Amino acid sequence: MTTRTVTPHRSPVTPERESFWYLVHAEWTKFRTVRGWVIAVLLTIIAITAFVFVSSDVSSSCVGLGGPSACPVQPTGPGGVPVLDAFYFAHQPVTGNGTITVQVTSLTGQVEVSQAGNGAPRMGPGLQPWSKAGIIIKENASQGSVYAAMMVTGSNGVRMQWDYVNDTPGLGKGAGAAGRVSASKPRWLRLVRDGGTITGYDSADGTHWTLVGTATLPGLTSTVQAGLFAAGSYYESRFCTFDSNFCTRATGVFRHIGLSWPATGWTGTNVGGPNFGVPAPGTLRQSAGTITVASFGDIGPAAGDAYGGTGQSLQRALAGTYFGLIPLIVVAAMFITAEYRRRLIRVSLTAAPRRGRLLAAKAVVIGAVGFVAGLVAATLALAIGTPLLLRAGPLAWPVSLLTEARMVAGTGALLAVAAVLALAIGTIVRRSAPAVAIVIMVIVVPYLLAFGPLSGSQPQGSGPGGGGGWPLQITPAAALSVQQAVPQFHQLLAVYPLTNGYYPLAPWAGLAVECAWAAAALALAFFLLRRRDA
Amino acid sequence: MSLTARVAPPRYLLGQALHAEWTKFRTVAGPSWLLAGVVTLTVAVGVAAASAARCQSAKCGIDPAMVSFTGIGPGQAVVAVAGVLAMGNEYSTGMIKLSLTAMPRRLTWLFAKAAVLTAPVLAASALAVAGAALAGRLILPGHGFTPAHGYPSLTSATDLRAAAGAVLYLTLIALLSLGLAAAVRDSAAAIGLVLGVLYLFPIAAAVISNPPLARHLDQIGPLPAGQDALAATGLKDLALTPWQGLGVVALWTAGALLLGALALKSRDA
Repeated sequence: MTTRTVTPHRSPVTPERESFWYLVHAEWTKFRTVRGWVIAVLLTIIAITAFVFVSSDVSSSCVGLGGPSACPVQPTGPGGVPVLDAFYFAHQPVTGNGTITVQVTSLTGQVEVSQAGNGAPRMGPGLQPWSKAGIIIKENASQGSVYAAMMVTGSNGVRMQWDYVNDTPGLGKGAGAAGRVSASKPRWLRLVRDGGTITGYDSADGTHWTLVGTATLPGLTSTVQAGLFAAGSYYESRFCTFDSNFCTRATGVFRHIGLSWPATGWTGTNVGGPNFGVPAPGTLRQSAGTITVASFGDIGPAAGDAYGGTGQSLQRALAGTYFGLIPLIVVAAMFITAEYRRRLIRVSLTAAPRRGRLLAAKAVVIGAVGFVAGLVAATLALAIGTPLLLRAGPLAWPVSLLTEARMVAGTGALLAVAAVLALAIGTIVRRSAPAVAIVIMVIVVPYLLAFGPLSGSQPQGSGPGGGGGWPLQITPAAALSVQQAVPQFHQLLAVYPLTNGYYPLAPWAGLAVECAWAAAALALAFFLLRRRDA
Repeated sequence: MSLTARVAPPRYLLGQALHAEWTKFRTVAGPSWLLAGVVTLTVAVGVAAASAARCQSAKCGIDPAMVSFTGIGPGQAVVAVAGVLAMGNEYSTGMIKLSLTAMPRRLTWLFAKAAVLTAPVLAASALAVAGAALAGRLILPGHGFTPAHGYPSLTSATDLRAAAGAVLYLTLIALLSLGLAAAVRDSAAAIGLVLGVLYLFPIAAAVISNPPLARHLDQIGPLPAGQDALAATGLKDLALTPWQGLGVVALWTAGALLLGALALKSRDA
């Protein structure tokens, strides 16, 4: 006799039903079959794209003191970058390959040391970090021509700079005042021209030379101008506009000047003419074996508020992102709160008892929707906005294809993470209206605060670092920095204001802040979803 | 014996509606929490802003009333949530069917709903604004807002006008939210719409570089117009006078309520 075993009936579970992607597919079906949600996402795309027509309305006429006047033009250098190129240049023409060597024994200057009651600066002896003096080989004495230079700086040691945007450290890097040149601690600088290549060397004693950098200057003419220069640095020299006594000035003292080319005597030129609109020329003094050059002005990139032209940042084309975010946030929050309102959450959790996976599937779907919406919207906005902005004149800064790709992909990521954040907040509070209000408050409102009284919107004197203050550093709105289209330069001490398109954080760092918020909210949502009854 | 149904005389209808709505309002915990949130947020942000504000010299150009009332910015979002939920909850819970069965005169019902929302929001706003103004009065003189810098007193007539403007502004925003929620019948969409309408104009004005257009945006947007109602100094530089600003907000609110009334009247619930 045998015992019969009875196998209880179990409905077969197909393996694909266990898979996470099955859950994602289910959530995707939920999303795409709600007409209002699809319309809202389309609204996101339309809002971002259509706002281009508002934000590209740039008034191209300039108003001077006596009514409409010619717009100021920022000189441009190689590659069309806007440049600062106003300094005193003691130069002589040289032809062919050769070398210029010099010993710098002193760099002094005048800077603003305090402010008078009426806001006017009080000047006194001192240097800006990027006050500079040194040797330079420049194609000619007109603004924007190619150059390479070796220099001593106020507190950034010896540098080699070329073609306005490039900067390489030499001796005394980051040494501050300790690395500053003096009679007891002179610096030797050398530039060697070989065809289109200029190599910079520095030395502490004039015998042991160290290579600092090599600049390739395409199309450099055979005859160029070689010589000595000084520049007080851009920072605070904007007061020059009112009174040349308020100019940040640098004075360099040079000895042992050696040129391998035949010497023809020094010519002094104020490159850029009357600098900053004020005729305050630099000076050239020659005495036995010593040349002293004093000047204000600067030579470098015209970024931040140093840019004086009327060109716009390409980011303007994406200004509709704030409005596009609102319908997306509403949909993303409702993606979970509607489940609670309609009690669908019980069905969903019955079908997918592993609650974390349900939340993950929803995040994948709404994140993907946000990403695609952002990608499409940013592509359309740039495609339509670029020609509209160019109608008013050239852009402030040429934008590389790589930067445009970062702006488009970044907008997609920004919207995707915002959608996930809204989903997480929706899961936490389980009610539509508070969830939507919270997410809009933390993403959209900080941008307004950045212009408002809380932030002190411009970091005066804090040097590189964009405007906007804490609202755009610690809130999810920091992610808007991923759309920044204008570059910042460590070698230009200036104010980088929000109104010129500068954010306080680097592009991907800002996006990381938003990601951190979304991750934290998602973790809390995961914890609460598992812990609470639906 | 006659079988005529006894119908309550119409003149009592509004009173009954008000009483019914007030009972609904006070017996649910949500609104009280939201209004407490309005007071807390407005005062807390006002204290933070006043603590951060500095006036180093005469003519520093900072309006102390604007600093004290910085909290109106986030506070109005909570007010908007309260206004939206007052109507949105009727739809999301299905209560609307019961409400309209009991009160078939829909406009009377909407009026009662608005009136019942107005009173507590007005009270909470007054509390919030008084707290923020008091905080500003205690903190700001220590931060350079002194008579020497051109701030003689913080309780002048214009300051009282600014405070009154702030209270009325918050109340109008609550009613604007109620009207829009009645028009779209969904809390999430309504709050998105309200905050979109509020923030669209100032952000657009900040972004565009066309000063005349930016000024127009500041004149027609409810949030920037409302900001003008909060100002106590530098009135000459504002896009609108304070009362004009409040008038613009009132027009928006009237428009939203009208939209809500039309939708309520013409659609099935």
